[in-house]
Amino acid sequence: MKKMLLTTMVLVLAFALAACGQKNNDGNNASSGAPSGGAAAELKGSILASGSSALLPLVEQASKKFMDSNKGVSIQVQAGGSGTGLTQVSEGQSDIGNSDVFAEEKLDADKAAALVDHQVAVVGMAAVVNPDVTIDNLTKQQLVDIFTGKVTNWKDFGGGDQKIQIINRPSSSGTRATFEKYALGEKSVDLPGAIQEDSSGTVRKLVGETPGAIGYLALSYLDDSVKTVKYEGVDASVDNVANGTYPVWAYEHMYTKGEPNEVSKAFLEFMLSDEVQNGDVVELGYIPASKMEVKRDVNGNITK
Amino acid sequence: MAQSLERQKAKPHLVEEWVGKIYTLICILFLIITIVSLVYFVASKGLSTFFVNHVNVADLLTGLKWSPDGEPALYGALPFIFGSFSTSLLAALIAAPLSFCAAVFMIEIAPKFGRKFLQPVIELLAGIPSVVYGFVGLSVIVPFFRDVFPGQGVGIAAGALVLSIMILPTITTIATDALAALPKGLKEGSYALGATRWQTIYRIVLPTTLPALMTGIVLGIARAFGEALAVQMVIGNAPHIPRSLFESASTLTSAITLNMGNTATGTVANNALWSLALILMLMTFVFVFIVRWLEGRSKI
Repeated sequence: MKKMLLTTMVLVLAFALAACGQKNNDGNNASSGAPSGGAAAELKGSILASGSSALLPLVEQASKKFMDSNKGVSIQVQAGGSGTGLTQVSEGQSDIGNSDVFAEEKLDADKAAALVDHQVAVVGMAAVVNPDVTIDNLTKQQLVDIFTGKVTNWKDFGGGDQKIQIINRPSSSGTRATFEKYALGEKSVDLPGAIQEDSSGTVRKLVGETPGAIGYLALSYLDDSVKTVKYEGVDASVDNVANGTYPVWAYEHMYTKGEPNEVSKAFLEFMLSDEVQNGDVVELGYIPASKMEVKRDVNGNITK
Repeated sequence: MAQSLERQKAKPHLVEEWVGKIYTLICILFLIITIVSLVYFVASKGLSTFFVNHVNVADLLTGLKWSPDGEPALYGALPFIFGSFSTSLLAALIAAPLSFCAAVFMIEIAPKFGRKFLQPVIELLAGIPSVVYGFVGLSVIVPFFRDVFPGQGVGIAAGALVLSIMILPTITTIATDALAALPKGLKEGSYALGATRWQTIYRIVLPTTLPALMTGIVLGIARAFGEALAVQMVIGNAPHIPRSLFESASTLTSAITLNMGNTATGTVANNALWSLALILMLMTFVFVFIVRWLEGRSKI
């Protein structure tokens, strides 16, 4: 009995200490991974990537492939939101910060300037409505009228007599920022009665079920449960995003603080390689960065 | 001779004593450090909204408009505070009568069957993850409310209903324990005076156990107050005080979970969320104090 108690105590203590020690080890690995052997044949080290949950599936899938071919490398990918990802990479807590938005939009100018942007993919977004809504096309002005509460019934746009129910994102969301910037051209307000959800799956479910609902989703989330509407007469398709005729899209960024270290650099190069760009990126519903015929900077200026 | 023998015997016990003392001390120190640093962390972050970013405390507590990226940025948290209180109080209002009656049934009316089968079943409810409650709420309760009541189904009513099921086991378990702990003599005395079973329950059992029952309710409210995920899925999350129970509303917890990951650490918007967390924590302290006070009034 006595022995058992003692063993338990020792075990608990050991466990607690081990848990503390673990973290330190991880930290050491991450920092020692940087400048090890110069032009060594085999990469060694660990990468911690955190941030955007929209980018998570892609980074995770690519990291598994990368680890399969580079046994010495371990990559951890965490979700947590674009803001968290940018803060952590800026403060050195993670090696790569995943974000849906430009760092300049979330961080102070001097902090953002220290980060190096790697645009790995593009996400297109489309306005979606409940399948019972008869509208097929919405102009920019019509969307603004809806999301600022000027128009509250579909009959004003020639649809049936049905109240418009907005399914929005929280005001801090990167998806919402993109939609406001490129589809509305202005900030929308949080209207009383509007529903806000952060997860794309929940938004799709609510739009599909709620009569008269309108929301917006990344192209990879579109399916038959919701109806995709055209924007200014343009279909929300991958080709239209790539050739610049459909304007509602955003880059998926992977930020590093300063130039990436050897391991991170190899991983980012792998992310931009044809294998990932034409394989995983397309497969998971993103648009390859290499396919884009137009480029856009942080202020929204488009160049061919 | 006898003395030295005793000393030899005493030695291992002395070691035992010290090992035990030090080990328990380490454990309690660990707990205290965790709690103190947690409070310090949340408080320092939450208070920096007022001291570093110079947001007015009164504006935050009574402001009606929450728009962190508006011009000017407004941090009115009253809609969230209102949402948290209304959902958890309403949830307790639904759950408390149910829990009391269930406890009375399990202890007074069918003790054997009740304790053996019903109690484990009710305690099972406590083990279901909150995301499951939220998903069931979103898939069953919200569409049902949408069909039956005006509005979109989401809102305080849906949130309160989901929460009431979640806090049911808390209140029931505490009420059951309180009823079971009631001295036999009280009930038997009542029966001896010719009271019926219902008279005994109404006039003797419930009044004597009232402080314990209230403790259960307060703990239930505290649990409901802190629940985030399930509520967030069914309440709609519009940062406004709703005009009806079936209009999109928001709670402190849902505002935090929706926005925390999207805001960068150190910004005003992020600090304001920590202030909401601070309010949540202070409310938890208040609930704990109420529970302690009720326990002091216990008549058993």
